[in-house]
Amino acid sequence: MGRSLSDLFVFIAKRLVQLIPVLLGVIVLTFIVTHLRLTGLCNEWYPHAGAQTLANCNAKYGAPLLNQFWDYFSGLLQGNWGASVTGVQVYPAIAADLPATIELVLASLFLMIVIGIPLGVIAAQYSGRLGDHLVRIFYLSGWATPTYLGAVIAAVFVGPALGLPTGGEYSTTIPPFTQYTHMSVLDAMIALNLPYTVDAIEHLILPATVLAFINMGIATRMTRASMLEVLPLDYVQSARMKGLAEFWVMYKHALRNALITTTTVLGITAGGLLAGTVVIEEVFDWPGIGQYAFTAIGGNSSTPNFDGAVAVVIIFAIAVVVANLAADILYGLLDPRVDWR
Amino acid sequence: MKDVAAPVVKAARQENSLSVLWRVLRANPLSFLGFLMVAVLGITALVVVVAPGLIIPYGPLQQTMARNAPPSLQHPFGTDNLGRDIYSNVMLALPLDLGIGFAIAGSALIIGGALGLLAGFYNTPGTVGGAVSISIMRVTDIFLSFPSLILALALTRVLGLGVGPTVLAITITWWPFYVRLVRGEVLAVKHLPYVNAARAAGVTENRILLRHVLRNVLEPTIVYFTLDIGTVLVTYSTIGFIGVASKYPGPQPEWGAMLAFYQQTGSANVYPWLVIAPGAAIFITVLAFSLLGDGLRDILDPRTRRAFVRGTITHDPPPETPAPLPVASGAVTDSNPVAPVTVIDTGVRT
Repeated sequence: MGRSLSDLFVFIAKRLVQLIPVLLGVIVLTFIVTHLRLTGLCNEWYPHAGAQTLANCNAKYGAPLLNQFWDYFSGLLQGNWGASVTGVQVYPAIAADLPATIELVLASLFLMIVIGIPLGVIAAQYSGRLGDHLVRIFYLSGWATPTYLGAVIAAVFVGPALGLPTGGEYSTTIPPFTQYTHMSVLDAMIALNLPYTVDAIEHLILPATVLAFINMGIATRMTRASMLEVLPLDYVQSARMKGLAEFWVMYKHALRNALITTTTVLGITAGGLLAGTVVIEEVFDWPGIGQYAFTAIGGNSSTPNFDGAVAVVIIFAIAVVVANLAADILYGLLDPRVDWR
Repeated sequence: MKDVAAPVVKAARQENSLSVLWRVLRANPLSFLGFLMVAVLGITALVVVVAPGLIIPYGPLQQTMARNAPPSLQHPFGTDNLGRDIYSNVMLALPLDLGIGFAIAGSALIIGGALGLLAGFYNTPGTVGGAVSISIMRVTDIFLSFPSLILALALTRVLGLGVGPTVLAITITWWPFYVRLVRGEVLAVKHLPYVNAARAAGVTENRILLRHVLRNVLEPTIVYFTLDIGTVLVTYSTIGFIGVASKYPGPQPEWGAMLAFYQQTGSANVYPWLVIAPGAAIFITVLAFSLLGDGLRDILDPRTRRAFVRGTITHDPPPETPAPLPVASGAVTDSNPVAPVTVIDTGVRT
């Protein structure tokens, strides 16, 4: 059994190396599926564009696929992600938008953990009875709610009813101030300004809650399933027999083992959370990468941005791969049976 | 030749699938509710297609005198600013959305299922099959790295706007889930004694695959498929909401596009029925499939089956001679101490 510090280093390094072919595959695959059928699309994309724009577009997307890929890939290696038809560079826009999205995703992950996991414990405790059914209806409701529906209902009905803001990161009354991290709450805290911080948190509540509600089922379901696996085990029985309160038996002894699976599954939900941001950020006017994706890809967009769309697909896939990697490593840390060597 | 392994299979499966389904539904009230809801939705959709005049009073674009009218007997879900009947539009969208759910999940099932069978069954390293198997799984893994919604959205940019291209785009992102599922199931059953028995009796490999392995993989796959229709609907209508799939108002309404239209024209907060009706329609449809599938999955998933059996489901082997449960993909067992993270299937799509 190798669980020493140097083994851990090897464990993580091995996974980082395994990441390289996957990332390459992601880039190649995105490129192929998005560029296979491009000739003639320029007129469709830019119906109102001038002759020069169309000629540029046709020259770029009319070249042989291999040449196009080489141009794109070598650009990518130099940090050039292309530009929209109006000449706006993709990379700076995405780099500025990413932190706001990370903030939103972390906030809803937090909500999923503090609400979703206890619900899973309750469902396992009352397995097959009323409590189980109620929890199931709750998380299946979240699951059955398309993101846009939850977002629109929260923005149109819930927000005004609770007096919560439904758009942007801060109120318009707040003057612009230096943003170091581009994460609204963190920046307000760095500015040591309490009213700003409260305002930022208020703006974060609704989008984060909707995102968490929709994806909560995964955390609850997995916690329930692994609790059901753990509860009949001897060590839980003996904790009970020594007179421990049921609460501590559940949350300290049983949940501790059950959480190993849930943690890894939370890493996998990253994809769901990210995809959710596309609609949520648009509805709540949250200045993140989801909103960027919406404008780059959306059918109603007046300035279609194909390079931006491709870049967003690659970035979202990388985010998912990295989240899976983090979950994999976390699993190795949490489960003492995992050999790190 | 006559299939000599048939009695073995028969002993392992004492009941046919229909009666198992009935037991499962009876044991789980929520699944039964979902089953009823799916049945009602299906029948309604059929009526809309066959005899729309029976339940749809107005055309999708027909303007009536009642403008922005709240729900009433004449207009059960109210009307919009031009007097278009919301109820008629919501009902007209039902067959389209259901049909799309079946079409996408169905093609993903067939494509992904076939690839999964191949990748799981002919995976001997060093053979042609092994090489094919590895290539299938590599491509699948890469596809699984993408949030399907995002990839599908980018694909609609290339394939063009409209229902057909959107269906194609989602299908392209959807089949890998079935490869993973079916391959895992094949790996779990292909070394069970009844398969070895069939092989020892001289049954050909292809026949083993089609008659013995496929049949046992079918059941969990169908359950997953049921649950999946709801997920497909969510994805499709989200693309509709983003404005790529269909145009509303138009001759063929779609719930996501409908909701987006009324939200963006800004009348939703004054006339809430405009977004509530299409929203409730999609919510109820997806919930129906989720309720049906989720309960079924609980019982078919070996990780939770034991807790659920408790006398209600008796098609498991008796406890004194426990048969080896198929190793759940991602489960931690003695022979498989560290399960790779990527194969834990949460069943939830992005």
